[in-house]
Amino acid sequence: MTQPKKHLEVVLDTQVESVNLAEEMCLKVAEAAGFDEEMCYRIGMSVREGVINAFHYGNQERPDKKIHLALDLTPEKLIIHVMDEGKGFKLKDVPDPLAEENILSTSGRGIFLMRAFMDEFDVVAGSTGGAEIIMSKWLPGVVNAPSNGASGGSDNEQAPREES
Amino acid sequence: MALHATYRDVGAVTVIDMGGRITLGDGSALLRKTVRQLLDDNRKKILINLADVDYIDSSGIGELVHAYTSVTSREGEMKLLHLTRKVRDLLQITKLYTVFDVHTDEAAAVRSFR
Repeated sequence: MTQPKKHLEVVLDTQVESVNLAEEMCLKVAEAAGFDEEMCYRIGMSVREGVINAFHYGNQERPDKKIHLALDLTPEKLIIHVMDEGKGFKLKDVPDPLAEENILSTSGRGIFLMRAFMDEFDVVAGSTGGAEIIMSKWLPGVVNAPSNGASGGSDNEQAPREES
Repeated sequence: MALHATYRDVGAVTVIDMGGRITLGDGSALLRKTVRQLLDDNRKKILINLADVDYIDSSGIGELVHAYTSVTSREGEMKLLHLTRKVRDLLQITKLYTVFDVHTDEAAAVRSFR
């Protein structure tokens, strides 16, 4: 019998404390789902970076805007959605933090880290008009799961705004 | 490990002993404040001991870069000491490991300053 999908959704204030709150919440779900310590670290870091992105770049640190975090736990993977209320952005417009001219930039590594740490990563236009980051990690022991590492991003055209 | 940053002089080098998480908010702010304080005090040979830093995010990485560029723009030197595995891995995948001068021995690190 197929296990049902489990869904958890919270709306966070646009404040620094929301970053830690989101990380802690996702870590609890990841641990319960059976991820080991290293995978939990990667998931937690990715959630942090997603919420930081929404807090800083998406919502421009405006307290009147919200950050929407949702988790879906399926029999195959943990899927994380982070949506802001900004103007959206195109993945293809995000500068490469490994490019020589960006190496000493003090920002712009969040998207890169999420892509590196998760198995799947994409950015789409959110229902709020902002960007929605969708990223997932295959559960331990799932047959036919892709090898570790981001499959990464579609450079889609529907999520206007810049990041990172 | 609770967030903290203290500093001590070893010859002409100032060693910052940091602990806790260098992340968006308090951790990044503490690093920035400490380095700024040292630069204001004209201490330009700075070795940051990260032995007790068990977690760093993109904001913390950005703060390390900011510290590095702040120090070097004043013709000083900033180096890193005792990276934990997670911090080292992050600096490697972001290619910053080759930018920063990273040491595993404090005495050797201190001697490496000009």
